[in-house]
Amino acid sequence: MDVIVGGGVVGLSAAWRLARAGRPVTVVDPAPASGASHAAAGMLAPVSEVTYTEAPLLRLGVASLRRWPAFAAELAADAGLAGTRDLDLRADGTLDVAFGSDDLAALDELAAYMEKLELPVERLTGRECRRLEPMLAPSVRGGLLAPGDAWVDPRRVTAALLAALDRLEVPLVRARVAELLRDGDRVVGVRLEPPGDTAPSPGTTAPAATGEGGSGLAGQGTSGLAGPSGATGQAAGAWDGWSAVAAEGVNAGAGEGAGAGSGERAGHGGAWEAGRTGTGTGIRAGERTAARAGIAGGLGEIRGERVVLAAGAWSAGLAEVPVRPVKGQIMRLRSPEPLLSRCVRGTVHGTPVYLVPRGDGELVVGATQEELGFDRRVTAGGLYELLRDARELVPGVTELEVADVVAGLRPGTPDNLPLVGPSGTPGLALATGHFRGGVLMAPLTADILLGEEGELAALCAPGRFREIS
Amino acid sequence: MDELIIAGEKFTSRLIMGTGGAPSLEVLDQALAASGTELTTVAMRRLDPGARGSVLDVLRKRDIKVLPNTAGCFTAGEAVLTARLAREALGTNWVKLEVIADERTLLPDPIETFDAAERLVADGFVVLPYIGDDPALARRLEQAGCAAVMPLGAPIGSGLGIRNPHNIELIVEAASVPVVLDAGIGTASDAALAMELGCDAVLLATAVTRAQRPDLMAEAMKGAVTAGRQARLAGRIPRRRYAEASSPMTP
Repeated sequence: MDVIVGGGVVGLSAAWRLARAGRPVTVVDPAPASGASHAAAGMLAPVSEVTYTEAPLLRLGVASLRRWPAFAAELAADAGLAGTRDLDLRADGTLDVAFGSDDLAALDELAAYMEKLELPVERLTGRECRRLEPMLAPSVRGGLLAPGDAWVDPRRVTAALLAALDRLEVPLVRARVAELLRDGDRVVGVRLEPPGDTAPSPGTTAPAATGEGGSGLAGQGTSGLAGPSGATGQAAGAWDGWSAVAAEGVNAGAGEGAGAGSGERAGHGGAWEAGRTGTGTGIRAGERTAARAGIAGGLGEIRGERVVLAAGAWSAGLAEVPVRPVKGQIMRLRSPEPLLSRCVRGTVHGTPVYLVPRGDGELVVGATQEELGFDRRVTAGGLYELLRDARELVPGVTELEVADVVAGLRPGTPDNLPLVGPSGTPGLALATGHFRGGVLMAPLTADILLGEEGELAALCAPGRFREIS
Repeated sequence: MDELIIAGEKFTSRLIMGTGGAPSLEVLDQALAASGTELTTVAMRRLDPGARGSVLDVLRKRDIKVLPNTAGCFTAGEAVLTARLAREALGTNWVKLEVIADERTLLPDPIETFDAAERLVADGFVVLPYIGDDPALARRLEQAGCAAVMPLGAPIGSGLGIRNPHNIELIVEAASVPVVLDAGIGTASDAALAMELGCDAVLLATAVTRAQRPDLMAEAMKGAVTAGRQARLAGRIPRRRYAEASSPMTP
């Protein structure tokens, strides 16, 4: 069995693809889809994000972007959605705009670099930019259109992933992993933190894990998807015993081996179990039972052949990996009518800012980049900078309603490339360090964890750093 | 040994680096290594000194002294507060004092800078103030007890080079503390010129971190600073209107 530590877009995608391929999987996360995936804007824009020295990142991004349409279509089907529109997957391109002559010169230089890399970009005049996007400021002097860049709503994606996992009856253990279980030099599972143990460990104070009642998606009020709210709601706040830890949040309607399951937990009296009738049988249910047996036995352990560390910015708390949190503050605005028809980016006072429009009128404005450890506070200065810069690009944003402000922690690595694949320690694989590209690279990451080899996998290989263990 | 001495501390390298603008920590690390720098400035307002794997770790691994700066401050009050937090967090009383007048030009505010410098010197800091290319202000800051003065060549990140070499020369002539040319460097010849004008060191960041190949540009800057310093020490020949044959006409 694969034990996936972390229920963000990367961990959930990996779990879904593995389960879909018939592999037994368990996901462990105290509050799935509440971290960086909840904050992320969901830009699938490898071309417009390219910078000097980052050609390898571009290769990964472009390759993963190509996999997104099929990934999204299969996800929508597995989650019971009507189509990829329900994920708000759109491929209408990104427009990078410049204001003064300085910005324009920089844009021209970037265009030349992109041409050298044979990227499909189109250089536009200011008027052409404003014909495409009439809400752009009149001071826009020119732009660069990356027509193939796309975007998606990460909150809908994680909700769909949770729904798909639910349908595949993949257990989701709502607990925090205290440490990796090791047997000699081998990783053999994870030890869970006892519920109610409030000892501070990295990432424990995520607002979504406490204040928002672990609902992750449903409680935000911004997602169009209902998500697995029944189950998540039940798990919320019930941190009073192991039963809560074992609550399989995504398994609201899913069955389990009734005899074994209820027997083990009889003494714990979890109210969440009411109404569950076991219908599932076979290997999957058996394994879930086995996983729970460890928990119910008071050990708080889950063992598996492979542990996949997908804990994002918190990964370094569990293994020696060169991952650090990079804070990003991001804002969601709301308008009756969409202001923009594609992603718009620009550099204002040397700070990059982007605006991502959703079909429902939401407009995402992001994002700051701050090296402040595990700080997840939303600050006045952060929001001021976002709005100041967004207003330069699109003056009309000041009329919009503020729907949501949030700070997330990107898992940064020294070279900005993710760490995916075998860690070098037997039994431990990594799927972390995606920095600004977790949503974009989720499909590629899942494929590598399924065994894909080659140039792309080599670029992500953890072995490029010595200090991993 | 031709050493740079600031507040009694000796440095072999006369290239002070900044960290802003690097696409990744690895790229920054390689650039710092190639630059040979021994002193590097770090913005304290968007950095948690306690966080693992940050830019501070990169500097520590390379044994580069950290020079905290007050970038992003608009008032003397903010700058003093930031400097004190940095001293507490990093255990250094050195500070690159930077008080900005406006966001568009990022030019230093001379009045707030002077005010903050006085207070920080009184509080026991080693103060290296970032200022315009103003010889009078440079002199006043030296008298106020600053350990060095850091006039700009051109606005931060502009890469416009040294817009007023004459003023830089005037500052150098009058100063008895080190003069560090800070901001405006675009390419290697700018750095060399700063040293030829008599500056004791050059501080730069963007010219390297935003170059297409940062490590190569860092190496170029290292060479330029060394070359400019050597040229200054060697003494350039006087400029003449007409040719002077280099081979002797007379035996």
